[in-house]
Amino acid sequence: MCEICGCVGDARAHVEGHPLDAERGKQVEVLHAMLHENDHQAAHNRAHFSAAGLLVVNLMSSPGAGKTSLLEATIRALAGKLTVAVIEGDLETENDARRIRAAGAQAVQITTGNACHLDAAMVHGAFHRLDFRGVDILFIENVGNLVCPAAFDLGQHRNVVLLSVTEGDDKPEKYPVMFRAADLLAITKLDLLEAVGDFEPDRAATHLRNLANAAPVLEISARSGTGMNVWVDWLTTEHAARGHGDTSADHAHNGHVHA
Amino acid sequence: MHELAICESILRQALNLAEVHKACRVGRIVLTIGPLAGVEPHLLLHAFPLVAAGTVCEEALIEIETAAVRVECRICGASSGAQHNRLLCAACGTWRVVLVSGDEMLLRSVELFETLPSHQGNQVYV
Repeated sequence: MCEICGCVGDARAHVEGHPLDAERGKQVEVLHAMLHENDHQAAHNRAHFSAAGLLVVNLMSSPGAGKTSLLEATIRALAGKLTVAVIEGDLETENDARRIRAAGAQAVQITTGNACHLDAAMVHGAFHRLDFRGVDILFIENVGNLVCPAAFDLGQHRNVVLLSVTEGDDKPEKYPVMFRAADLLAITKLDLLEAVGDFEPDRAATHLRNLANAAPVLEISARSGTGMNVWVDWLTTEHAARGHGDTSADHAHNGHVHA
Repeated sequence: MHELAICESILRQALNLAEVHKACRVGRIVLTIGPLAGVEPHLLLHAFPLVAAGTVCEEALIEIETAAVRVECRICGASSGAQHNRLLCAACGTWRVVLVSGDEMLLRSVELFETLPSHQGNQVYV
């Protein structure tokens, strides 16, 4: 602080007690993530999830890539083995939550209105509306969007990104921020591969590797059941690796380095 | 358009700082944004005045420093620049690299003023 007049400016900018250059203020170094509050809330969520013994998986994709269908098939495939609950993010309607409940799992809907992504505070609110006793895996079905959700850590343990064969296999190259964040890439609607004709799963995998991402690439059809066993094995292994109350493996897997 | 949400987050941090330091005006807000942050600088510049209207950040100037995409090879050890959607080692071509720069989304610094700008004619100093 300036000793001449007590202002927060630089004393050298003063003449006879008055700021000479009012255009120079006090620089305060912050070096925080731009989404500092969200990251703080996400860390709080992650601690909650781990204390409850949950594996939390954030599902992201473009709209219509088959997130809800994959969840329905997953709930059925895990029935009697692991208990699933779902936080559903959508701009409008409770339709997806109804589908999840019909498949036999608890679902809490977040309707975001015009917001194009979920954030950690929304997920925190939804988590407290959930009866998580006895739940093993909590899925967060993010808003269908390959851009915005990638920037927001929700407190998840793993990010799963879906790419349906009806989209281009070069999506990872077009949306590098999203696909770089993937801990697993699920190529979905595999039953349509032949009808589509020009989608090559290997090419999609190469585009993912070109983002320096070593994540497993699974080829799945929720409709025919192809690949569901590999997907269920991955979930079972990830759940077992978490253990109860073991937070040692916790890390923000959203691809961003936040100071 | 998550840039609006990001602007709100930056604004809250700047307003907190202004309150702590008893500043009545915020000048430059310096950000570092990498190409892999998923943030569009020009959208951020357009959105900030909308969220800052009516606050001490109303006249703040957003300054964006970009960060280069750089990778370090886990196979040959080379350090090189890369395209944001082709994170490959420039020396040996492998994708087995670690991103060392390029995904930054940092609020670096905030400039605080104790006085209102002179053109407003209501300086607090005598």
